[in-house]
Amino acid sequence: MSTIGSSSTTTTASVRATLAGGRRGDLPGTVFQVLLLGSLLFSLAVLAILVADVLGRAIPVFAERGLGFLTSPLSSNPAKAGVGQGIIGTAVLGGIVALLAFPFGLMTAVYLEEYAGDTKITRFIQINIRNLAGVPSVVYGLLGLSVFVAFMSAIGDTGSGRNIIAGGMTLAVLVLPIVIITAIEALRAVPNTIREAGYGVGASRWEVTRMLVLPSAAPGILTGTVLALSRALGETAPLILAGAVLGSFSGLNLSTLFSGSYTALPVIVYDWSRKPGDAFRADAAAAIVVLLVITLVANGIAILLRNRYERAW
Amino acid sequence: MPDQTGDPMTMTAPPTGAPAPDVDAPDDTAHTPGPQTAPVTASARGEDVIRIENLSFYYSAFRAVKDVSIAIEKNQITALIGPSGCGKSTLLRTINRMNDLIPGTRVEGQVLYHGVDLYAKDVDAVEVRRRIGMVFQKANPFPKSIYDNVAFGPRINGYKGNMDELVEESLQRAALWGDVKDKLKQSGLALSGGQQQRLCIARAIATNPDVILMDEPCSALDPRSTLQIEELMFELKAQYTIVIVTHNMQQAARASDYTVFLNMADDRAGYVVEEGPTLGIFTNPKSKLTEDYVSGRFG
Repeated sequence: MSTIGSSSTTTTASVRATLAGGRRGDLPGTVFQVLLLGSLLFSLAVLAILVADVLGRAIPVFAERGLGFLTSPLSSNPAKAGVGQGIIGTAVLGGIVALLAFPFGLMTAVYLEEYAGDTKITRFIQINIRNLAGVPSVVYGLLGLSVFVAFMSAIGDTGSGRNIIAGGMTLAVLVLPIVIITAIEALRAVPNTIREAGYGVGASRWEVTRMLVLPSAAPGILTGTVLALSRALGETAPLILAGAVLGSFSGLNLSTLFSGSYTALPVIVYDWSRKPGDAFRADAAAAIVVLLVITLVANGIAILLRNRYERAW
Repeated sequence: MPDQTGDPMTMTAPPTGAPAPDVDAPDDTAHTPGPQTAPVTASARGEDVIRIENLSFYYSAFRAVKDVSIAIEKNQITALIGPSGCGKSTLLRTINRMNDLIPGTRVEGQVLYHGVDLYAKDVDAVEVRRRIGMVFQKANPFPKSIYDNVAFGPRINGYKGNMDELVEESLQRAALWGDVKDKLKQSGLALSGGQQQRLCIARAIATNPDVILMDEPCSALDPRSTLQIEELMFELKAQYTIVIVTHNMQQAARASDYTVFLNMADDRAGYVVEEGPTLGIFTNPKSKLTEDYVSGRFG
């Protein structure tokens, strides 16, 4: 290779020979590339086996029961048991989580990023929020039990406080750090030149935040929130601690929605998969499919909204 | 550090002696804001819109600008030149309190705008920036339409008149109207670099400022766009007072009326070496340092 530099010996033939020679024997590079591809295929294979296994068990249930599986209440008879109460419970939980985690998370992030300034205290707080995002979810379940359930009980809930609002609050606290972190990242991604431009024409901090920074960060914030939401909807342990019902209970109508017993799809999956017999296993697989579809729809909405916001500029 | 033949701290006073010598600032608080209260009666020199007096600027403990006293004359283009890191951008950004946004910064001395100290306690920085607009080094249109870019400032400032007319007039003054009149709803980010910078100038004009600060507005532009901006500045100075920071000495020589040359002292703080009418600075500098800089021997 070094001969290329010495011009006296450079001829078309010698250059061509050098270039064509290339690095034919790049064994480590080839091995590395194969490893990368192998990792990808392995991950995909695990996922495919998982989905195929679940679908294989679930499809017969859907074929046999049809929409009845989606609307039936819980039951000790696997042939009658359905996820109707779970779907409603999961939907309501999702609503409560969104209503609580999104505004608190967003406002916390805006304060930390746009108002508070970079001090030792805010850095300390940010590190702690990041740590909180990594705390096992069962710990949040204990928090839900000792704080929110107790609170609901104290304000007169007849079911000893183990209601869906306490469960939703528990999940909201669980994903709050994730919402805050993703919102902070989205706000940080907004170039400072945009803020300067706003201040430069006499905008106040509030105007810069509301009219320039938040619209620019909205796609990222939105995506982060929905991803956090789908994480919340998949959680089992905190809900069991915070009072979601295992087994079956009767009724779930609007009058008792916020005070009565409740359950959610992942709790149902957990409950059914512990039960003996293949019939409940198949039901659990079908419930997993329902949960996956709900999560996929939520993520799809997030992507749609994000694309729309990005085009609106 | 190049050799300094002249004492850097000796101000070469402009013809009027408008920037008062260090100790006695005789009548700076007496002026009331208003275009007709000319602070100093001078033959050659018009009214000073801004007078910076003994200004030092600190990033935490680091002093970036020390003891600067200069005056900015109305309807003139004042250029701040000097080597990298000499604090000229910092100095420019003290004029509209843009540095307030950086935590841990501190100002000593005064920036008098029509005689009012912009760093007085009761002065609102937001109001300052509306009257003293800014164009940045890198064109930074909002991710909004061309129309909304220009209308943004007037809207937040509660402009009550005909917005369409104001947008058109601002774009015309920025010599951009012909290029964009058929695509006002398109994103400002879709324009070319030079057009984006003129859009930023239109945006600054739209709030009807008194002074326009330009922080190396052409550093990212090709020569043609640069020339367009310079021609534009020349037209704008009939109505506005312009302060421009530039690395480009040809630009300062071509486009400015008055030049302030800053240099970095041994403690890395920026100070004024020499100031005066641009022609004099470039053809007959008093300081050896200025001569070396404007002739390209350092910096």
